[in-house]
Amino acid sequence: MIEKILNEITLKVWRQKNATAKGAFETYTVKNISTDTSFMEMLDILNYQLVEEGKDPIAFDHDCREGICGTCSLFINGRAHGPDNDITTCQLHMRKFKDGETITIEPWRGTAFPVTKDLIVDRNAFEKILYAGGFVSVNTGGVPDGNAIPIGYDESESAMDAAACIGCGACVATCKNSSAMLFVSAKVSHLARLPQGKVEAVKRAKSMVAKMDELGFGGCSNTGACEIECPKGISIASIAKLNREYLTAKFME
Amino acid sequence: MSKLISSSIGKKLFMSVTGLFLMMFLMVHLTINLLLIFDDTGELFNIGANFMVTNPIIKIVEPLLAVGFLLHMIYASFLTLTNMKARQVNYKRFNQTKSSSWASRNMYVLGALILTFLVLHIMNFYWKIKVDHSVAMVHYNGIEMHDTYSLVAGLFKSCLIYNLLYIAGAVFLGIHLTHGFWSAFQTIGWSSDIWRKRIEVVGKIFAFIIAAGFSIIPLYFIIKF
Ligand code: HEM
Ligand code: SF4
Ligand code: FES
Repeated sequence: MIEKILNEITLKVWRQKNATAKGAFETYTVKNISTDTSFMEMLDILNYQLVEEGKDPIAFDHDCREGICGTCSLFINGRAHGPDNDITTCQLHMRKFKDGETITIEPWRGTAFPVTKDLIVDRNAFEKILYAGGFVSVNTGGVPDGNAIPIGYDESESAMDAAACIGCGACVATCKNSSAMLFVSAKVSHLARLPQGKVEAVKRAKSMVAKMDELGFGGCSNTGACEIECPKGISIASIAKLNREYLTAKFME
Repeated sequence: MSKLISSSIGKKLFMSVTGLFLMMFLMVHLTINLLLIFDDTGELFNIGANFMVTNPIIKIVEPLLAVGFLLHMIYASFLTLTNMKARQVNYKRFNQTKSSSWASRNMYVLGALILTFLVLHIMNFYWKIKVDHSVAMVHYNGIEMHDTYSLVAGLFKSCLIYNLLYIAGAVFLGIHLTHGFWSAFQTIGWSSDIWRKRIEVVGKIFAFIIAAGFSIIPLYFIIKF
């Protein structure tokens, strides 16, 4: 792809001093941005500009900047992780935007994900759901012989697909109900499909769903928006699996 | 079973089961209704309708149906309320058209429209037969029964507005089911990456049959009379 220069981009950014402040949109312009610039580099450029003008730079989450850690967020032009599919915000490039465009940048919105500053939200609710059961606590001993416990190809592939979840929260951000079902289902179906995880599958499904409900996430309306916006392409078939696991667990009580 | 009802998935289980039950009812209802357009003397439909009211199975299913409707609506309201509370501050710009269908995002609105239609529908027919007793009787082969045909045909011949309202009701129901059918299976966990596409296709066909089937009847009366 040939590099082009975007002469001027207008940005409408949500600014909020702290968790209790009211917050509002501020408008900024950035000039001469290469289409090869990543979205976050463009924000870095804007922040340098703001610092030079003696203003407070925009706070936003990022860490690895290569799509593996799940730290970056941002609701860009009405979509989680912006206009491209199957990527995180840190993998988004300015070639996806047109010269002269106005880009709206908002934080994830959800009662369970409160804004702490500007575009940063507190995603500790996800940690709490994981503490509730997103782990294996049985002792499985040393590394077993590869052929001792056969795992079917489809099972292992599905488990690996679900394990790809990076906990970014785009599913919650994009869901009309701010539901965490895709995240929870990824964890539950990943572990329930493998021998080590199966042992605690019943307990895990029950406690993770209970925690999710308690923390103020909405329910699932099966709209499927989450799987479209999920950077790792987690399918809502894993939500069907979670529903199966949960309902069987409840009926077994 | 503790706390199943209060959990988000438990509530959806009730929506799904009642929804599936309501869809089965719709199929029976449509089959009987279609008798309306196959015999303009009304005998066929009257006998069909009489079979339905005298049938002992239907006597058991009727109160179940009322309970099903109530549960479906109660859980729909609870869920919609929780879902709204889960996002108190909404986005300024929220582009949802690329990732989900309109029907899936507006099930409660569609439900409310269906409910409005249902009230009208009960006032038009059920009330007059069961409560008012204002419907004439007819005899076929010595058996006395309500002349339900004249009641229904009379309404559809009397005023174009009713025909249009009934078509609108059928269409809203159809749209509700373009999402509802597949969603009910997903909720109880009967879906996978392979089965999902199949269930979605069957659901779209089912929704079309319901919308078109119930619309044909008023259309028939508009065109013929
Ligand atoms: C004959 C009439 C009706 C039929 C056949 C029907 C059928 C269904 C089905 C099959 C579902 C999917 C359930 C699931 O996602 O698991 C559904 C969902 C829904 N229905 Fe109905 N429904 C009817 C009437 C109503 C009415 C009157 C309301 C109004 C209150 C309503 C409100 C809803 C809502 C809000 C949902 C989505 C719930 C959610 O996913 O969050 N429905 N319906
Ligand atoms: S399921 Fe997808 S969108 Fe949700 S947290 Fe995991 S990676 Fe992010
Ligand atoms: S910063 Fe790590 S995934 Fe985007």
